[in-house]
Amino acid sequence: MTNNVNPSVLAMRDTGPSPEAQITRDIVKRGVIAAPALVTASWLVWGSDGAWSSGYGLGLVLCNFMIAAGLVATTARISYALMMAATLFGYIVRLGIVALAVMLVRNEPWVDLMALGLTLVISHLGLLFWEMRYVSATLAFPGLKPTLTSTMSGYDSVSSSIPHDDNPVISTEKANV
Amino acid sequence: MEALAAIARIAAEAGDAAADPAAAKATAAAASAGYAYGLAAIGPGIGIGIIFGKAIESMARQPEAAGMVRTTMFLGVAFTEALALIGFVAFILLKFA
Repeated sequence: MTNNVNPSVLAMRDTGPSPEAQITRDIVKRGVIAAPALVTASWLVWGSDGAWSSGYGLGLVLCNFMIAAGLVATTARISYALMMAATLFGYIVRLGIVALAVMLVRNEPWVDLMALGLTLVISHLGLLFWEMRYVSATLAFPGLKPTLTSTMSGYDSVSSSIPHDDNPVISTEKANV
Repeated sequence: MEALAAIARIAAEAGDAAADPAAAKATAAAASAGYAYGLAAIGPGIGIGIIFGKAIESMARQPEAAGMVRTTMFLGVAFTEALALIGFVAFILLKFA
């Protein structure tokens, strides 16, 4: 099944701009935009405790995204093998960090666990769907994307179709191993 | 030895709890929440492994599409992680709320 796979792919690395970092920047921007609405909604339902919990939960989600993107972007510059390992172990570590962050504050007087839990799930999924709409539209209609962003993000398939050595977006190269 | 002592202590506590039905029920609920969280983390772990394996395979076949592959891969991983997050939130709400 994997006969056509280049065996040295794990020794390859990507020195171009990281699409994960761009995605996370967009998600953080949208999270900041959505934060007032989310906190206000929680305040209306659960009061001030809910508002604080909601803000804390949203901060956790955004930090989680940033750590994930940082891990992938940093390790992809070293090698794909390290990227895979860092992401798989990073998944466990990030889950632990989220659990620890919630456990540390669960007995605080300003925490409403229901608001915190629902914010974690809703903001994570909501921000992802919001970003996915943008990414899928960009992949489907690359011509609609602003030129500067297109050059920097590495999202679109048009720039990805440039021959590998000449592609400014994806300059994958073999690591010196 | 410390691990054995810890196991013995937990078993003793479980025995004490068994004597009191309410405590036994609370212990069972806590254990179930823990198992639920653990089981909820297994599926996304497998899913993320599959996503990354396929992404590496795709980048090996078409290195020029690496940017697009990594974009969709990152979103896929984040969506898969949401399952674990839901499991964690269910655990928190069942155990502490």
